[in-house]
Amino acid sequence: MEVGLEHYLGLSAMLFGIGLWIALAKRNAIIILMGIEIMLSAVNLMFLAFSRFGRSETPIAGHIFVIFILTVAAAEASVALALAVTVYRNRGTVDIDRIDLLKS
Amino acid sequence: MDRDLGVALGFWGLGALAVVAAFGIILTQNLLHAVLLLILSFVAMAGLYLTLSADFVAVAQVLIYAGAVGVLIIFAIMLTPTSSRINADTVFFGPGLILGGLVAVVMGYVAFKTPWDTVEGGGFDSTVAAIGDGLTNRWALPFEIASVLLIAAMIGAIVLVRADVPGQVLHPEGGVADEPAMEIAEPRVEGDRALVTSGRTDA
Amino acid sequence: MLLANWWDLRTLANPVDSLLGWLRDHFPDWVAYIVSGVIGATAIGLFLGVAMLLLIWAERRIVARIQIRQGPNRVGPAGLLQPIADALKLMQKEALTPREADSWLFWLAPLLLFIPPVLTLGVVPWGERMSVADLNVGLLFIVAIGSVIPLVIFSAGWSSSNKYSTLGAMRSMALVISYELPAVIALLSVVLLMGSMQLGEIVRWQQDHWVFGMFLLPVPFAVYTISALAEVGRSRADVVEAESELGSGYLTEYSGMKWGLFYAVELANALIFGGLIATFFWGGWWLYGLDNFIPTWLIFLVKMLLGYWIFVWARGTLPRLRIDQLLQFSWKFLIPLSLLFALLVAAEVVIWEESGVSDLVAVPVMIVANLAATVVLVVGVVRLLGFRRVQQPRRATLTSEIGIINRAVARPAPSAPFDVREPGVAE
Repeated sequence: MEVGLEHYLGLSAMLFGIGLWIALAKRNAIIILMGIEIMLSAVNLMFLAFSRFGRSETPIAGHIFVIFILTVAAAEASVALALAVTVYRNRGTVDIDRIDLLKS
Repeated sequence: MDRDLGVALGFWGLGALAVVAAFGIILTQNLLHAVLLLILSFVAMAGLYLTLSADFVAVAQVLIYAGAVGVLIIFAIMLTPTSSRINADTVFFGPGLILGGLVAVVMGYVAFKTPWDTVEGGGFDSTVAAIGDGLTNRWALPFEIASVLLIAAMIGAIVLVRADVPGQVLHPEGGVADEPAMEIAEPRVEGDRALVTSGRTDA
Repeated sequence: MLLANWWDLRTLANPVDSLLGWLRDHFPDWVAYIVSGVIGATAIGLFLGVAMLLLIWAERRIVARIQIRQGPNRVGPAGLLQPIADALKLMQKEALTPREADSWLFWLAPLLLFIPPVLTLGVVPWGERMSVADLNVGLLFIVAIGSVIPLVIFSAGWSSSNKYSTLGAMRSMALVISYELPAVIALLSVVLLMGSMQLGEIVRWQQDHWVFGMFLLPVPFAVYTISALAEVGRSRADVVEAESELGSGYLTEYSGMKWGLFYAVELANALIFGGLIATFFWGGWWLYGLDNFIPTWLIFLVKMLLGYWIFVWARGTLPRLRIDQLLQFSWKFLIPLSLLFALLVAAEVVIWEESGVSDLVAVPVMIVANLAATVVLVVGVVRLLGFRRVQQPRRATLTSEIGIINRAVARPAPSAPFDVREPGVAE
């Protein structure tokens, strides 16, 4: 059977929804970061699907945008994890239900 | 014919794997299982990129996401030992499911109902050459800004994680015996003598 | 039917091509597709199996001869059946699983560790037109596979639920990650010069320009070899398996055939890195025209074994370094060195393209220039890091005078520890 643009977009939407669910439903800050990374990956898939199937004069723009998303995601992951480790050092936990007061 | 069959098999199989792995992250009880399922999901998505003939991006996804971000997350989990290793849920478990489901359904509906103006046979002779050409000619400025961003992130992460106080002890694994695994030794200058303390905070 | 002439065996692609052509004539297309995949997979599997068996014997004999003793020589003629004896012994051992271990991961980790070698062997050009899958991004593919190995090592170490295993796994992860960077930057120089990430193209470039990569790129060759040594976990970098330190690191809890798999995969990794060094820096299956007479896959096998022999040689002779020494070496020395050389290669490529000199002039000039640049860069980076030649002390002095970094207490050093005066002579 033919797999077209709609199928890739539908899969990307489902993965985005799951990533959103992970980011909302979990307590550990690191798991929330994992949800965000899944959302970014789903968006990558959408960009590549459009680059492959869409009509454009620079179809490589999809690939290049995805490379930039990869770069920014890696940078953001490193800073977010550094923040998580720092919060852990100060509060002893990365459970977001326990670090929700400004005063420790 | 067989190429489309291969793409279809790859799409359904890898798509199912990615979705199941992502579901597993929510439902599993063990934090480290969640990380490994995340990495499995990334590799499955790299396979999906390959079905779209994006070979460079697929390999870059494995290299950056699975290889680097995955390892980062594992190190971060190892550096936060006394925090709970059980994958606990907040009160937004149900509402999050509803919201995520709604977002997915709405976007999926838009995806399937819109008459897309698609091109058949899209693809490149060599994605690497095209990407290199794009990054150095037309999108050179974002490329340079991305490199500045990476440097800023790297320096920021190092500054954040570095111990503020000389002598603060960093534990790679909280369960290890009481002697510190790494110590920061700072020289304390008294007059014209340099003394190197052993870094214990009780000194 | 398969070979038109006997000398067609110089590349195994010829019989495979004629077989696939016959299949395409008589069967639908997908049959030939599946058969070619099966042939590639079977070839790699057979090669790995036979190679691991032989290499266990070869490595133990060679290391033994380096250490002035005989290796295994009891089982079979000259010990050739030793690998089979080892395999039988390992298979009948009790496969212990620690009670608190994560049994899924514990069982899965050795199998997962087997995947990277097999995938890497798929992209490597074994002979002319003899790659299983000559990817456009073959080089980046190999790098990406190498970056997944730390994850498998971690899951092996952590699932043992043993603190020493976890610690050893983290150390090994840090080591492999630190040495991936110089390896990738060295390969960056290779890609810049040879203009493609496709491994078959890299070998063809060396063939067209009549030069080995090693002559043009001495620094990447050295850096890649050293990084490969560290990534595989061989001496001098085998802190992972330092039995005297961590009791076998992340392998501690593995017994029986699972340990045998880890050991075999280490050998396979060493062999594959030897094959990669042969592809990038030694011309792959091409050998200055001799590949018209000798089968190309034989040439590649010999070069791959030569690369592997370098690893065994290093294991037998060099001492082990500490983990922090290794990490400092990688981050402070190898990365700046390979980065500077990559800059130099990029400048050279641009000059070569813009000026349009012919290959005959450009290649020898580049060889000489790169050799000079190697010496300058190595000496320069070493000086920059502050290493000086240690002057041999001409007379006994306190160690604080030679200048070791950690001084307990700094005192003005006396000129001599003992008074060199004649006994009985007044002050």
